[in-house]
Amino acid sequence: MSVFNQPRRRVIQLIILGMMSIIIVRLFFLQVVEKKYAKLADANAVLRKVVYPSRGIIYDRKGRAILSNDVLYDLVVTPRSVKNIDTAYLCTILKIDKEEFKKKIADCIKKNGPVRQSVFQSLLPAEIYGQLQESMYLFQPGFELIPRQIRSYPYGAGANILGYIAEISPAMLKDSNYVSYNSGDYLGFTGLEKTYESVLMGQRGIQYLVKDNLNRPQGPYENGEFDSAAVAGKNLRLTLDIELQAFGEKLMHGKIGSIVAIDPSDGGILAMVSGPSFDPNLLTGSFRSANFNRLYQDTTLPLFNRAIQAQYPPGSTFKPMIALVGLDEGVITPSTGYPCTGAYYGCGRPIKCEHHDAGHASNLRNALSHSCNSYFSHTYRLSVDAAKWGGIRVGGMQKWADYMNNFGFGHKIGVDIPSERPGRIPDKKYYDAKYKGSWNSCTNVFLGIGQGEVETTPLQMANAMCIVSNRGSFFIPHFVKSIDNDDTHLLDKYKERHVVAHISDTAYSAVIHGMQDVIESGTGRVAQIDGITMGGKTGTAENYAIVDGKRTKMPNHAQFVAFAPAENPKIAICVIVERSGFGARYAAPIASLMIEKYLRDSISSNPRRQGLLKTVLETVTIPEAMRAKSKLDSLNSTVIKKRP
Amino acid sequence: MNRPQTKLTQGIDWPIVGLYLALVIIGLMSIFAAEYRGDDNIWQNIIHLSKNYSRQLMWFGISIVVASVIWLTDSKFFTATANLVYAFGILLLLLVLGIGKDVKGSHSWLVLGGFQFQPAELTKLCTNLALAKYLSSQETDFNKLRSRLIAAAIALVPAGIIILQSETGLALVYFSFFLVMYREGLPGVLLVIAFSGIVLVLSALLVDKMILFIIFSVITALVIYFSRREIKRKRSRLLVILGIYAFCSLFVMFIVPFAFTKVLKDYQVRRIEVMLGKENDPKATYNTRQSMIAIGSGGFWGKGYLKGTQTRFDFVPEQSTDFIFCTIGEDFGFVGSVLFIAIYVALLFRVIHVAERQRSTFTRVYAYGVASIIFFHLAINISMTIGLAPVIGIPLPLVSYGGSSLLAFTMLIFIMLRLDADRQMVLR
Repeated sequence: MSVFNQPRRRVIQLIILGMMSIIIVRLFFLQVVEKKYAKLADANAVLRKVVYPSRGIIYDRKGRAILSNDVLYDLVVTPRSVKNIDTAYLCTILKIDKEEFKKKIADCIKKNGPVRQSVFQSLLPAEIYGQLQESMYLFQPGFELIPRQIRSYPYGAGANILGYIAEISPAMLKDSNYVSYNSGDYLGFTGLEKTYESVLMGQRGIQYLVKDNLNRPQGPYENGEFDSAAVAGKNLRLTLDIELQAFGEKLMHGKIGSIVAIDPSDGGILAMVSGPSFDPNLLTGSFRSANFNRLYQDTTLPLFNRAIQAQYPPGSTFKPMIALVGLDEGVITPSTGYPCTGAYYGCGRPIKCEHHDAGHASNLRNALSHSCNSYFSHTYRLSVDAAKWGGIRVGGMQKWADYMNNFGFGHKIGVDIPSERPGRIPDKKYYDAKYKGSWNSCTNVFLGIGQGEVETTPLQMANAMCIVSNRGSFFIPHFVKSIDNDDTHLLDKYKERHVVAHISDTAYSAVIHGMQDVIESGTGRVAQIDGITMGGKTGTAENYAIVDGKRTKMPNHAQFVAFAPAENPKIAICVIVERSGFGARYAAPIASLMIEKYLRDSISSNPRRQGLLKTVLETVTIPEAMRAKSKLDSLNSTVIKKRP
Repeated sequence: MNRPQTKLTQGIDWPIVGLYLALVIIGLMSIFAAEYRGDDNIWQNIIHLSKNYSRQLMWFGISIVVASVIWLTDSKFFTATANLVYAFGILLLLLVLGIGKDVKGSHSWLVLGGFQFQPAELTKLCTNLALAKYLSSQETDFNKLRSRLIAAAIALVPAGIIILQSETGLALVYFSFFLVMYREGLPGVLLVIAFSGIVLVLSALLVDKMILFIIFSVITALVIYFSRREIKRKRSRLLVILGIYAFCSLFVMFIVPFAFTKVLKDYQVRRIEVMLGKENDPKATYNTRQSMIAIGSGGFWGKGYLKGTQTRFDFVPEQSTDFIFCTIGEDFGFVGSVLFIAIYVALLFRVIHVAERQRSTFTRVYAYGVASIIFFHLAINISMTIGLAPVIGIPLPLVSYGGSSLLAFTMLIFIMLRLDADRQMVLR
């Protein structure tokens, strides 16, 4: 083989020349021989039409479309072609006067010139479109109707979960993460629309059409050889039950707070309500930005997704976790009791308990069902002061914080909608910094009853109920069950079962029995549903606000966490109603109604249940001052009227 | 060594500097053309660094400063620290695996302040230095298998880590070092094997397995028939022929399908299939098709600078980075494209010329490394824009928008110039 007798330098040079020759031959064919490409780029001969894909549809767990696409129409104008039309009649249909008409045409000429199409009026309301369509022939060829897709939410529920899309901002266009977008493109800004943007968006296509000398499209160029078809976005299938979601939003009407319901068997979120809610259709179409500003400024903060962003002291709903840590560390057993006489005196200043009769905390089960403060203050101190960690300031506090982090507190859990907040679990470092090393288990004894520096989100509490009812494991809570034709790995992390600190089964049994007693004979009796066994826990989180520069006591936040059925849990739930007092009063009934709705599809006709439903629906807990300034109800009703 | 320090630029290879500047300036102009929108306030954009071309200009400034520093450095520094630099590069790559940032699906970026930086660009340089150091070391006998394996490992370890960062394209470039090793004595038959390998993979994808099997069988039968006398003389020949036959069949029937279903990612398989014309997935063909329309529409003479219509309206994605050749193809046509490629070929040949005039093995290996890296980038990038290769995200050297890439290539070239200027010294 003669080529190998050449010096190696020559061989390498030949390889380079060979490769470049191949490239140049290819270029010659592409640029010189083939004329199709040159013609394609010739705007006079071939019309290039961008075809926008339809965005993916979102379905709920029963296959109902809860976020789909509607077609609305833009009225576009080619100023130079506007000749001999009945301007007055067009103005009447569009409800504008002649001055405004002239101004709009002038604006269009300024923006895109007289021969190119500009949008004259975007997203026409249905009745205007109807009238225009009938008489469109009068205004052609200068004016034309161009279809455009907008998002629509047929159930008008789940606004903060589903999110909305909006036009890309100039700042985002400069960001390298958005290189594939052009100005004028729409993309998801919040909720699932944002998290799953990459699968929902699809891919825009290009169509090449041959034009005649009058610029009219005559059909595909080269039989569509160069066309790229638009690829529709992929559909999402959720674990959400839209009927349950809408029911929850109805229950939270007039209240500030949230509901999170999760299926413990797979971590799928069944409902996530942030009250007060708004109709997501407000954020579509031509009124989007006006409505957005109204919602943004509303005194009830409807855009704030309280289920994942609001952080509350969990109060007594924290006690099951305190018990689990105590049991696992061996500082208490299910039969351990505490002689509470109405307050805990272990730290000098007494911590009040709601009960003072002897024996209400004779064992763990009783202590849980009566929510005895003394018992859990005592258990908390035993856990952090345990000798095996060398005391609270050596290892005890950190060990306790580790347990709580394992339960999903103090960090973002990783739900598939953006803006989740982490909550707070104070650790050793926190107290060392705050008290300069001089602190002990009495300094933060309030952690034992869910008060003090600890803060959790409703999502975290619902997830904690999944852990308890599953006896020590959970899936990261999520909305999307599957993506049609999925080739991504977006959902992988939601399929994995996480095991929490290997706490024994007997410890869980003790806690679950105690929580069943809460419903059957304890503080949560109001939540009872005939024929469904349930575990639950009431809670009341103290609420302080700074009023006129002073820390002032405000009405407490009512909380309730539960799971049902107790032996084979299908739903775990957390309900928080802000400023409504004791947990059993409003939070427990709401949770109970949600559970019945989910497990039985409807609320039984039994007068006790119907009465409960009526009371909840009629209750308004939003403070008068806040409600007077809120325009949310009137905003929501405008959309409801518009929908057919 | 008494070098008379008469002039600061003593010994610099001006042709390479000239070609370097030409390419960077063409790059800046092309990035400008890809972004220019008629009513832009150019000076304001440059000052505010709000456009890619203004940022690229800034990176060019940084590159000039770095190049000057390299020029003023003693060339012994590079030989002395080669291994250290390599270790640092590997460390940086591992660091990215840990704390890197995801940009467009690849986990290969570090964020320093407001700037993003891709260490994989820099490690090409580190690897080139380390390979030069190893091959020029007196203990290395490149005729021994052991040395060859070590050299291959030096080149492929960074490639492995980069694949873990999901930047398969950048990893591919590390195979260019085999060209250097060939120059240093790797048997030429390996090049033939590599080439046959590529042909085998392509045929395995394009032709039906059974037909291929029959073709192999026929070829083997013919080979045995024509070399029957040799086989009679030496029985082991038959075993070799049958061994090659068995390997090829197995490779085509099992290994390639396995690689495609298990090893490569879905999108990579799709891109390769699109390139071969097997699959017509609109999402995967979009980039290539738009890029070919843009280049094809340039015609013989091109549309003229800033007159291209395809690249101007954002129809070609990633125009400033991986698809920058579209702008040249559209605005300057076939003539411009050929001239542009000629500039690269001139640069490559000049670098090889510089390599061959060295007394020091270190500098020769290093310079061949520079030529090979640039050649691989050039060949793969342009082939991708004209539909000859699957879409692999690697930049056109010195031309594509991208600070890390421009800086890395500048350092690569200027270290070579420094070494070349001191070619009277024997470096190890």
